[in-house]
Amino acid sequence: MSKILVIAEHLGGKLNPSTARAVSAASAIKPEAIDVLVLSDAPDAMAAEAAQIEGVSRVLTIARSENAHALAAVLAPQVAKTAAGYSHVFAPSTTFGKDLAPRVAALLGVAQVSDVMSVEGSHTFKRPIYAGNAIITVEAAPAHTVVATIRTASWPAAASGGNHAPVEALSVEASLPTHTRFVELKQGSSDRPDLQSAAKVVSGGRGVGSKENFDIIYKFADKVGAAVGASRAAVDAGFCPNEMQVGQTGKIIAPELYMAIGISGAIQHLTGIKDAGTIVAINKDGEAPIFEVADFGLVGDLFKIIPELEVALG
Amino acid sequence: MKILVGYKRVVDYNVRIQVKPDGSGVVTDGVKLSANPFDDIALEEALRLREKGVADEVIVVGIGPADLTAHLRNGLAMGANRAIHVSTAEAVQPLTAARVFLKLIEKEQPGLVILGKQAIDDDANQTGQMLAALWDRPQATFASKIDIADGKATVTREVDAGLEVIEAELPAVITTDLRLNEPRFIKLPDIMKAKAKPIDTIEFASLGVEAHDHLKTTHFAPPPKRSKGVMVKDAAELVAALKQKGLL
Repeated sequence: MSKILVIAEHLGGKLNPSTARAVSAASAIKPEAIDVLVLSDAPDAMAAEAAQIEGVSRVLTIARSENAHALAAVLAPQVAKTAAGYSHVFAPSTTFGKDLAPRVAALLGVAQVSDVMSVEGSHTFKRPIYAGNAIITVEAAPAHTVVATIRTASWPAAASGGNHAPVEALSVEASLPTHTRFVELKQGSSDRPDLQSAAKVVSGGRGVGSKENFDIIYKFADKVGAAVGASRAAVDAGFCPNEMQVGQTGKIIAPELYMAIGISGAIQHLTGIKDAGTIVAINKDGEAPIFEVADFGLVGDLFKIIPELEVALG
Repeated sequence: MKILVGYKRVVDYNVRIQVKPDGSGVVTDGVKLSANPFDDIALEEALRLREKGVADEVIVVGIGPADLTAHLRNGLAMGANRAIHVSTAEAVQPLTAARVFLKLIEKEQPGLVILGKQAIDDDANQTGQMLAALWDRPQATFASKIDIADGKATVTREVDAGLEVIEAELPAVITTDLRLNEPRFIKLPDIMKAKAKPIDTIEFASLGVEAHDHLKTTHFAPPPKRSKGVMVKDAAELVAALKQKGLL
C-alpha cells in the first residue's frame, strides 16, 4: 500500500492553497495514509489549517529557526530524512515545490515526476512536455520512492473543515547547511484575490500598451472581483511585475472565468490557461490565436470595450 | 574562476510539436534543433561575468550523440572558451545528467555552474537542483539577476510571490529565468573563430556514472483540444452571456 508525504507550502503564516491541491492528487492514489509535513520556524497555525484538509491522516511539523524561510538547501535534508517509510513524496508544482522537490529526489537517489496532471495508478502518471503540446504517460519504478510535483491547475483543492487530523511534532537529526541565506522577499502588496487560486482572472497583454494604461485592467478586475494577470509580453515590457505572469514560465492557472484582454495568445500563454472553465478573449486583431481557444470572443479596441463592459455590468 | 554552463540541444521553440499517430513519441525527424533558450541565457550570463572580470573561463557542456559537436560549436561561437561533449547515444534523464555534471565538476573545479531552469523539451526543471544536492552546494533557481562579489552570489529569484533575494556562497549552482538577460547573436567572424576552439569528447561510459533512469515513458498523446467558441458582437452581449453562465 502507498503512504504519501505531502510537503506543505506556506507563506506569511498561512497555508498556500497549492497544498490542498497536492493532497487531492495524493488521494487519487487511494493510499493507506497521507501525511502533510510543515517545515517552519513556527508551524502551529499552518499545521492546524492542514489538519482540516479532507484526506489528511496526520500533520507532521518540524519547527526550527533555520526553517523561517523556504530555502531548498535547508529544507531538503529534513524532507529526505522524513521520507523514510513513505512510498511517495509530493510537493505542489509551484516555484516553492519546483525548487525543493528535485533536491529531495537527488538526496534520495531517485527520479522525479514533474507536473503530475493525472494519476493512472500508484506509479503511473500523466504529465505535459513541450509546453503542453504533448502529454506523456510515465511509469516510475515501484522499488523506489516516487518524488513528484503536482500541477496545481489540474487538481481541485481538497475540501477543508471536516477533518481533524492529529498534529505531531518531529525532531529530525539533520545537519543543515549555512551556505545559502535568505535576504529579502519583494512582494507587491495587493488587496485583490490571489492569482493562483482566484475563481476569476482578468489578464492584460501587450495590447494594453503601457504601465499607466494597465490601470484600466486593474479597475475592471476590481469591478468584477477578479485577480489580475498578464502575458509574458506585458511583463517583459515592464507594464507589470513578474509575479503576474500567466503561462508556461509563469503561473499555470485554472480559474472558472479567464478574461484575456489585449493578449494575442502565444502558445506559452495558452499553456497557462487551458484548464480555465470559460475563456473570454478581447482583442482588436480578429485573427489572434487567442480566439482559437476562447469560449467567447469579442473583436475591438479594449479601451472602448472595457468601459462598455462596465456600463453593461451596471 | 571557471564557469560551467549546461548547453542542451532541443527542438527549436518555434516548431509546432506533433505527436506520432501511434503514440510512440513526437516527430523529431527533420525538425529544426536549437539551443535550449534558457541555456542561451545561461551562456550569455557566464560570458558577461567573464567580460566583467569575475570569471576567466567559460566552458559549455553538452550530453548527447556524436553530432552534438555542431551544436557545441554554436556555444563556442557565442563566446565560450571551450566545450565538453559527453558522448552517448541514449537520452539521459535529469538525475543522470546531474551525476555527469558532478563528475565534470570534480575534474574542472568551477566556481559557478549556470544551467537553464528547464529544457523546453521535457520541461522537467530538475537538473540544477539535483546537481546542487549531489554536490552539497547552494542552489539559486529561477534567477533574474546575479551579482558576484566576495566569494558569494547574490541572486534575485522570480518566485510566485514576487522577487526573492538570496545569498549563496560559491561554488554554487544557478538556474536561469527568462528575464536574466537577452542573449547576444552569433556573428559570422565568431563562427570562424569557433572552429579553432577545443571540444573535448568524453565517452559517457568512461565517467562511471550510474544511469538511473527510473522513469519509463509508455505513451505520448496530443493534448485535449479546447473547442472554438462563439464570437459576440458587443460588450452587452458578452456580459449577458457570462451572466447567463453565472460567471458574473
